[in-house]
Amino acid sequence: MNAECGQIVTAAPVNGPAIEVQNLALAYGRRTVLDGVSLAIERGAITALIGPSGCGKTSFLCALNRLTDMIPGCRVSGSIAFGSLDVRSPAADTIGLRRRMGMIFQKPNPFPLSIRRNIDLPLKEHGVRPRRHRDEIAARALRDVGLWDEVRDRLDAPAQSLSGGQQQRLCIARALALQPEVLLFDEPCGSLDPLATGVVEDLIASFRGRLTVVIVTHDLAQARRMADHAAMFWMPDGVGRLIEHGPARQIFESPQEAVTRAYIAGRRPPV
Amino acid sequence: MLRVCAAVAGAVVLLIVGFLVVESLPALRDVGLGRFFGDPSWHPAAGVRGGRFNLVPMIVGTLLTTAGALAVAAPLGVASALFCRFYAPKFAAGAYRRIVELLAGIPSVVYGFWGLVVLVPLIARLQPPGTSLLAGIAVLSLMILPTTALVADAAIAAVPTEYLRAAAALGLSRRGTIFGVVLPAARAGILTGVLLATARALGETMAVLMVCGNVPQIPHSLFDPVRTLTANIALEMGYAMHTHRAALFVSGLVLMVLVAGLVAAAALLSRRAADA
Repeated sequence: MNAECGQIVTAAPVNGPAIEVQNLALAYGRRTVLDGVSLAIERGAITALIGPSGCGKTSFLCALNRLTDMIPGCRVSGSIAFGSLDVRSPAADTIGLRRRMGMIFQKPNPFPLSIRRNIDLPLKEHGVRPRRHRDEIAARALRDVGLWDEVRDRLDAPAQSLSGGQQQRLCIARALALQPEVLLFDEPCGSLDPLATGVVEDLIASFRGRLTVVIVTHDLAQARRMADHAAMFWMPDGVGRLIEHGPARQIFESPQEAVTRAYIAGRRPPV
Repeated sequence: MLRVCAAVAGAVVLLIVGFLVVESLPALRDVGLGRFFGDPSWHPAAGVRGGRFNLVPMIVGTLLTTAGALAVAAPLGVASALFCRFYAPKFAAGAYRRIVELLAGIPSVVYGFWGLVVLVPLIARLQPPGTSLLAGIAVLSLMILPTTALVADAAIAAVPTEYLRAAAALGLSRRGTIFGVVLPAARAGILTGVLLATARALGETMAVLMVCGNVPQIPHSLFDPVRTLTANIALEMGYAMHTHRAALFVSGLVLMVLVAGLVAAAALLSRRAADA
C-alpha cells in the first residue's frame, strides 16, 4: 500500500461508514473476551466506546489495526472492512493499514529518542523523502497538536524529558504526521492530570470532520462532551458484548437498555 | 553485613593492586619504566644490566587480539540476539539460546586445544606457521561471543513492550523497528556486554597462549605469531627469578592498567551517552 504523503487518498466512497465491523469475536487462548460485535463506525465522527474494564474495548480497538497479531494465542474472527480493505485477510498489508489507522495508547509511549526523531523515524520508514520534506511535515504535526511553540527550540532533546501531557501530544503528532484517516485512542487521558487531559481532549475534538476517531474511555463526562456516537460494551456472561450503540445524545440521555441506564448514572447495573 | 562484604571485596582488589605494585617495584626501580617501552627486545633473564625488557610487542599483541576478537564477536553477538528475539521461531530461539549458553561454559583450555588441533593447521595451510594473530582472534572471538550474545539478548528483552507496540501501531517494519527503536533503546545494555567481553578477552591466557605462537614481536600481518601480556606471564613464571620475576609482575601491572583504562573509558562513554 503506497499511500501518497501529500493528500489522503481513499478508494472507498466518501459517505458510508469508515469501518464496518461484522460479528467480531476475539479470544485469548481459550478465553473468549469479545463475541458477536457488529458496529459501523461513521466517517469523520468521534465514536466513544464505553463500559467497564475488562469487557473487551481495548481488544476491539486492537483488532481494528491488527495489533492483535502481536499477542501470542490471540484469535479473531468475523469481518472488518476498512474502506475497500478487508482488514482480517491474511494478505492485508498491515503496514499500510497501520499507517492509515493511527493508534494512541493510555500510557504515552514516545520512543527513547529525540523529539524530532520520534516523528522523523516513522516518516522515513514510510519512504517520505527528502529530509526537508519530513521536517516540514513534523513541524506541521507539532503545530497541529499545539506542541510546536513548546518544543521548537529543543527538537533534539530526548522525548522523555517532556511532561506526560506533552508526551501524549507528541505521540498524537507522530501518528498525525503519517496522515492517517482514522485515529484509535485507548484511554488517551488515562494517565494525565486534569489540565493535560483538557488539552488532549480539545485536540481530539478538533479532529471532528477531518478524521474518524474511535476512543475508549472510562471518563463518562469526557465521552459525553466529545462523542458523536457511543457504543456501550458489557459482559453479561463473562464475555464482552456490544449491547447498545447509537448517537451519543441518545445513549447518554435515553438509553434503551437498563444496564446502560445504570452505568451512565454511575449505579452498579443489575446483573 | 552487606557493608562488610563490600569492604572485603574492595579490599581484595586494593590488595591485589598493591601486591602487583610491590612485586614489580624492584624491576621498576632497577630497570626503570622507560626501558620497558624503549628496549630493543625482550630478554629478561640476563639480569638488570644484560637483560632486555621491551613489553611493547606484548601490549600490541594483547590489544590486537582483543580488538580483533571484539570486531568479530560484537556484531555477531548482537546479530545473534536479534535473530533470537525477532526472527527465529519460538522453539528454535529457545534451543539456540541453550547452545549459546553451553558455549559460554566450555573451559578456555578446550577452546585452545581445539584451536591448536583444528584451526592452526588450517591457517598453516594458508600461510605457515599457523600459530598466529589470526588464530588468536578466531579462538578469542568464539570465546567472548556468548557473553556479547547473551547480554545483548537480555538487553533487547528488556526493551519495554510499549515501544514495540508503538512501533507496530505506526506501521514500522521489523527492520525499521529493530534499527530505529530496539537497538537505540538497548544500547546501554549491549555496550555493557561488549565491555564484559573486552575484559575477558584482555585477560584470557590459556587459549591464546596455545594458538598464538608466542613470539614477542610486533606482527606485520594476521599470519604472524604474537605474544600477549598474559601469555608472557604464564610462559615464563615457572623459571623467572629476581629481576625477571619482577619484570613479569610489570606485565601484570600493565595489563591491570589496560583494564582500568577500559573501565574508565566505558564509564566516561556511558556518562556522555546519559547526557546526550
